[in-house]
Amino acid sequence: MSVARKRPLRGGGLMRLKGLVHKEFLQIVRDPSSIAIAFVMPIFLLVLFGYGVSLDADHVPVALVAEAPSPDTADFFASLESSHYFAPLHARTLAAAEQALREGRVNAIVHLRANFAEQLRRSDGAPIQVIVNGVDANTARLTQGYIEGAWGNWLARRATGQGQALATPVQLEQRVWFNSELRSRNYLVPGLVAIIMTLIGTLLTALVMAREWERGTLEALLVTPASMTEILLGKIIAYFVLGTGGMLLTVGLAVGLFGVPLRGAFWLLWVCASLFLLAALGMGLAISAVARNQFVAGQVAIIGTFLPAFLLSGFIFDIDSMPAVVQGITHVIVARYFVSIVQTLFLAGDVWSVVLPNALALLLMAAIFLGITWRKSRKRLE
Amino acid sequence: MDDAPILEAVDLTRSFASGHQRTQALDGVSFAIRPGVVTGLIGPDGAGKTTLMRLAAGLLVPDAGRIRALGMDSTRESLAVQAALGYMPQRFGLYEDLSVQENLDLYADLQGVPHTARAERYDELMHMTGLGPFTRRLAGRLSGGMKQKLGLACTLVRAPRLLLLDEPTVGVDPVSRRELWSIVDRLVKNEGMSVLLSTAYLDEAERCQAVILLDRGKILDQGPPATISARMTGRTWAVSVAGQRPRDLQAGLTGQPGVVDALVQGDHVRLVTQTADDPAQLIRLPGLQDARIEAVPPRFEDGFIDLLHTRNDPMAAPHGVPRVDTLPQRADAGDTPVIQVDGLRRRFGNFWAVDGISFEVRRGEIFGLLGANGAGKSTTFRMLCGLLPASAGTLRVAGLDLRHAASTARGRIGYMSQKFSLYGNLSVAQNLDFFASAYGLTGTMRETRRDWALTEFELSPYAERLSADLSLGYKQRLAMACALMHQPEILFLDEPTSGVDPLARREFWLRINALARAGVTVLVTTHFMEEAEYCDRLAIMAAGRILAMDEPAAIKAGARTPEQPEPSMEDAFIRLVEAAGAAKEAA
Repeated sequence: MSVARKRPLRGGGLMRLKGLVHKEFLQIVRDPSSIAIAFVMPIFLLVLFGYGVSLDADHVPVALVAEAPSPDTADFFASLESSHYFAPLHARTLAAAEQALREGRVNAIVHLRANFAEQLRRSDGAPIQVIVNGVDANTARLTQGYIEGAWGNWLARRATGQGQALATPVQLEQRVWFNSELRSRNYLVPGLVAIIMTLIGTLLTALVMAREWERGTLEALLVTPASMTEILLGKIIAYFVLGTGGMLLTVGLAVGLFGVPLRGAFWLLWVCASLFLLAALGMGLAISAVARNQFVAGQVAIIGTFLPAFLLSGFIFDIDSMPAVVQGITHVIVARYFVSIVQTLFLAGDVWSVVLPNALALLLMAAIFLGITWRKSRKRLE
Repeated sequence: MDDAPILEAVDLTRSFASGHQRTQALDGVSFAIRPGVVTGLIGPDGAGKTTLMRLAAGLLVPDAGRIRALGMDSTRESLAVQAALGYMPQRFGLYEDLSVQENLDLYADLQGVPHTARAERYDELMHMTGLGPFTRRLAGRLSGGMKQKLGLACTLVRAPRLLLLDEPTVGVDPVSRRELWSIVDRLVKNEGMSVLLSTAYLDEAERCQAVILLDRGKILDQGPPATISARMTGRTWAVSVAGQRPRDLQAGLTGQPGVVDALVQGDHVRLVTQTADDPAQLIRLPGLQDARIEAVPPRFEDGFIDLLHTRNDPMAAPHGVPRVDTLPQRADAGDTPVIQVDGLRRRFGNFWAVDGISFEVRRGEIFGLLGANGAGKSTTFRMLCGLLPASAGTLRVAGLDLRHAASTARGRIGYMSQKFSLYGNLSVAQNLDFFASAYGLTGTMRETRRDWALTEFELSPYAERLSADLSLGYKQRLAMACALMHQPEILFLDEPTSGVDPLARREFWLRINALARAGVTVLVTTHFMEEAEYCDRLAIMAAGRILAMDEPAAIKAGARTPEQPEPSMEDAFIRLVEAAGAAKEAA
């Protein structure tokens, strides 16, 4: 039974392959949904993530309460007001501030007790109270950190102003590497390359293959002398080109429009993207070998590859802070390896100790999925 | 060597899992097909025709038995077999977003036709199919008949020795059907090709040199069609009684002992008896005392019906006329037409699917809309049911203007769609209950109607069975029962008999007749030419227009010529379509 597929590219194979690839391109050009997924979706996602989504806390509304206003309290508040991280709101009493917090008008309260000035002069503590709305844990933690940072800065500045060293034994000096402005866009946009290539490589490929099943065109292809390998290669070549186009578009817009730095070598990015694309195509074709209608294929592709690429690849959420079990699961998510590579290549440069193992993982994944596809797709209708 | 079979099956068996059970698609099928002829694979939907084609093309692996094509094993040497035969699947396998030329190029590439040989081959194919002027048109924009011819051309880019055609003529207009047959005949005669063609149309069997009759995975009979019809010699009659409608005569004859088949044909009933009788013997049958009885030559269909009757089958269609007399008699609305359509038009984009049609249907009348796929029948229907607004024209159904009272009108209409619209994962009884409640029947009324449906349509033994597991004929019955739950005064039937076996189709029409006698107005669409004979009046539609509207006999009479004194409905249809085409060109 294996005779059916073990005869690739012999006798007229090149002509058949050319015909198949040509056909794929004609279909891509004429099918608005292919164009939408390959070019409109990437632009939409780039704009969304480049402009719309930000994981930074900015202009956080904060209620400021000083029980006994003094030049010191005013000076500290002024330092908060001058920071773009905060949008301060002055409250007369703690009760009023708490009311504002409850109503969601502010995310945090900075409360300076009546003895603030006195304690500050004795300089043996940090007599400020910070109350944070913990509903959104991420923003709460950020806000808390920002306020602590602002407080530390103010103390330090004050100490310098008074010509004395700060009483803390260790001084924390922060330096942020790779993304010194701490723009989440710089970190999100490179990851988008992985998302977009998953869309084209897996979702689109699974859909077009399922469409051939649905419309009965594959049945007609199967009875031609074309081998299954040729039929699959036709799809792989066409969608590889399309996926590369999507990659170039994304990288171009990331660097050109959003000013994300690309510190690593472009050729290296290209090679790794190609490996990832092969794995993504392998997944798409493997899905369509099982799911033969567009609805099921689309669902499987989205739930099985697109959502994991979104949530579990380190694209948005840091893998190291996930529970151990989920961290384990991320190892089977192909996008994880590629996200790690693109983030490194964009923001850090050619860090071979990161790129190489991840690229090897991609190669392995590509081999596995294409292997599954090749084994599963026989020139049969069952 | 020349007479070695070109396709040979031995004890071929194949089953599929479907729902909760396994369906035996093919059950120990053996045959040998001679080279250089057209062999017809004849049977209703679900007989196993497509499975057999796919096994022959090496697309499926048999459970048991073997099949050899062109001297090679289709299963083990599938690639070699596929390189040598041509196969056109049911949906033609065309890429609709590719043009005619691009489809041809693709298949020429795949079949390894050298570039130098292409121009000549394309010319031949375009000449043969008449697609020459349309090479740049997208395949999806072609009519059904043109798609079918393009599908055939793609299969023929490299002339195969064996050509497998899976239901190439289904749903295609009669003109295209006739053209396809002449192409097939030419291929066999001029190029020595062997053709296996599957079809559910029994009249096509007579155009084959040999037939294989398939029913539920088993071969009923095989051989030249003439020998199958010859078996019926002396058993076929045309009977008519002066002053009696053939439909009533048919109802009286069906199911009588000794009667195999009774079929309305124009002004008479075509009667098939169990044994070769003396005409004098027929008089003992009810209603035939004063009948005019005339012996007629047997047809292939008679033989098929006879074979279907003799098969041993628990779910066979019942004999005898179904009782529908429990349908309520509505207060007579007088002689005003129940359906009035005037200047009806419907546009999709810049295409007029229905282009100004007018007709009236009287109470208790069976009115047929006859036409090929794409003629505008279904669009007309959807407008009549208030499912689709008309672009122009007026529509009155049951005295109600559909623009203003669509939902009131719908309550008085029963609708049975092409796809039967049943819930496959609900049981028969649950389907009935659902449709009853959808039409607002509650409590004892619903129970009464459900019991009525189960008894009337003989569905009681299957009440708890999932409707997906029913045979096609039973699905059709259930769909009709669902459409009748709320006792509608008008019944719309959209291609109700597509694909069901001829026995189920006959039974279905007997029910329709009984309903009409009970005063229900019936509007039916069909692309079966012979079914038009069962209608009181019919309209022949093509390209959104009505070409002719009259009683079946009058329509046929209109096509009478010296060469063709007894034209069939198909002849009449083709004549009308050609005349319309000529008029269009002249204009």
